[in-house]
Amino acid sequence: MSANKETFGKTVGFVFIVCLVCALLVSFAAVQLKPLQVENKLLDQQTKILEAAGIISKTDGSKASIQGTFEKYVEAKMIDLDSGDYIEGNPALFDERRNSRDLKKSDKPENDIAGINRRSHDAVVYLVRDDAGKVETVVFPMVGSGLWDLMYAYVGVEADLNTIRNVIYTAEMKETPGLGAEVLNPSWIALWPGKKIFDESNQVKVELVKGGVKAGNPMEAYQVDGLSGATLTANGVTRTFQFWFGDEGYLPYINKNRGGLN
Amino acid sequence: MSSENSKVLTKPIFDNNPIALQVLGICSALAVTSSMANALVMTLAVVFVTAFSNLFISIIRNHIPSSVRIIVQMAIIASLVIVVDQVLKAFSYALSQELSVFVGLIITNCIVMGRAEAFAMKEKPGVSFLDGIGNGLGYGFILMTVAFFRELFGFGTVFGVEILPLIQNGGWYQANGLLVLPFSSFFIIGLIIWAIRQWKPEQVEKD
Repeated sequence: MSANKETFGKTVGFVFIVCLVCALLVSFAAVQLKPLQVENKLLDQQTKILEAAGIISKTDGSKASIQGTFEKYVEAKMIDLDSGDYIEGNPALFDERRNSRDLKKSDKPENDIAGINRRSHDAVVYLVRDDAGKVETVVFPMVGSGLWDLMYAYVGVEADLNTIRNVIYTAEMKETPGLGAEVLNPSWIALWPGKKIFDESNQVKVELVKGGVKAGNPMEAYQVDGLSGATLTANGVTRTFQFWFGDEGYLPYINKNRGGLN
Repeated sequence: MSSENSKVLTKPIFDNNPIALQVLGICSALAVTSSMANALVMTLAVVFVTAFSNLFISIIRNHIPSSVRIIVQMAIIASLVIVVDQVLKAFSYALSQELSVFVGLIITNCIVMGRAEAFAMKEKPGVSFLDGIGNGLGYGFILMTVAFFRELFGFGTVFGVEILPLIQNGGWYQANGLLVLPFSSFFIIGLIIWAIRQWKPEQVEKD
């Protein structure tokens, strides 16, 4: 066997067979596992949105309960960011990442402080209702550069469209563990509820403060403790808020709906 | 299990540890050891990949043309790694987000290919499979030890359970920022190698 296994034809044939078997194995795994992966991803997104809206406690943490709660209280709606109007479209099919790579569906922001490079024309907002059917919270998805790469967040804002309910970053980030990745730390997340976004003249004032918020200072309502050892991540978070609550973000939508959401 | 086989399985853990003695696979040992949960998943992934790549390569070892043997080994290893990555995505979405990059890098983990080339190309499938498991466990042993120290002193937790309450959470422990950073593993791995060689002096290289 060893005498003739080195001929050119046999070598090519062998490599071909190995590649074929490997390709079959990989595609079989990918196709078989796809539905589970999609489901997991959706469940993760729904969990984050419920957390951002502050109603994750209404679930018992199981899959069925999260899906049920999401369907009962949350309504996803497509909006056009420039005009701030609701538009037709299926929010389930909306993919911010795909849109922001598509030249027809996205634009370069004029003032790209969040470092996102291109911004999708459309966005999805999640209206979260209470048991009586009144809108209690709006969850805005946001994206912006941290230190190493883009970070994705869901920001829950109360119906006055000024008071923050929760800020939930997704684990899909490359920030340094223990430093920038502390945006996932529950004790940091707990600093956010009740903070205000806009001042009286509608300017975005919310920010992270290096060295901790000084109690009693006039800006206290807008300030959240920065992340020690992660100034650049914290700056990224502040700029993400400035961008997404500014003219090129959700501000047109917010201006139109300040009178009351339904 | 015969004593021969159990030796193949247990020898790589202390006597012939892939990281501590052969100094293979250091790169990923730095990257994934900031938490014990990550290190455990990585260990399982590497055990799976080394065991099955050894098995499959050993099965076809007599047919692999030596001119393309590395490529054939790579094709098998890469396929297994992709399968692991897909399984992780399907069953633990949160972990896969953190580990995906490093799971992909198992392909370049020298241990996997080192065992394929040095062991599976010569030995029978059964014993190669055990050798793969053994080396995966040897790698995992170092990984878990490093992760234990890094997580305990860097974050004050073990498997996410708080052991040393941190100052920022109202406790007394000031986290060691150095251990949070990947290169701190060099110190811990160095200390582990020293400890193992104190215990088993035959591992010390002769000048």
